[in-house]
Amino acid sequence: MNLVVVDEKEVDRIYIILKKEAESGGYFLNSDVDFSKNLVRGLLKNEQRYGYRACPCRLASGKKDEDLDIICPCNYRDPDLDEFGACYCALYVDEAIAGGKKPAAPVPERRPPRSERGTKRAVFTLSTSPVPSLAFPVWRCSVCGYLCAREQPPGICPICKVKKERFERFI
Amino acid sequence: MVIEHVNGKKVGKVMLYALSTCGWCARTKELLRTLGVDFDSTYVDLLEGKDQDDAMNEVEKWNSKGSFPTLVIRDKISIVGFREEEIREALKG
Repeated sequence: MNLVVVDEKEVDRIYIILKKEAESGGYFLNSDVDFSKNLVRGLLKNEQRYGYRACPCRLASGKKDEDLDIICPCNYRDPDLDEFGACYCALYVDEAIAGGKKPAAPVPERRPPRSERGTKRAVFTLSTSPVPSLAFPVWRCSVCGYLCAREQPPGICPICKVKKERFERFI
Repeated sequence: MVIEHVNGKKVGKVMLYALSTCGWCARTKELLRTLGVDFDSTYVDLLEGKDQDDAMNEVEKWNSKGSFPTLVIRDKISIVGFREEEIREALKG
């Protein structure tokens, strides 16, 4: 068993960064600070043991390629925010929950089970309707849906701050 | 498999499959302690190799999504997620 120790100052520092990044993109962190910091602690623990910030509420495989969809913020955050007002962990919540107007409730798992994973990965169905010839390819952020037309996706999504590897060719 | 046992009021077998990093898992464990019931728990993320596989297979028997926390009560029912009222009700005995 690996004992991973996370520095508490680092937890505070990352919590502040994540909160700022969330708010600049129109998202909210859970206003229960202890609960949120505990999840940030989990993210940092996962970063140490797996090398990436895998979702603290899901079992990571330790293989980045298989876990891209659950690197926080995960691919399921936005649909869960839309449907339940919170992401699976309740680190990210909607405005009503962040403002204490309603409590965060359990969110059912949206990620496919182990046996069904990998089938949908990277098979992004491109539209079959004729597309006018474009000067640039269009890239889509798989987390927040941000679109941009340029030779390569950006290094970091300007909206949700995920890395380049989370972008898919859209058109 | 590393199983932690907490002594308490015997209400039948209570097994909690959790992750050491998960907020809802922590809340569920806290609730079991507050209720004072006798229960076992394991952190699946801290298990390795075959132990982890065995634990995942067990979780998936009860919860096809293989998600956490999964609480198995008396080898009969499972409660997935921190569903406080359901857990309290099921452990009334």
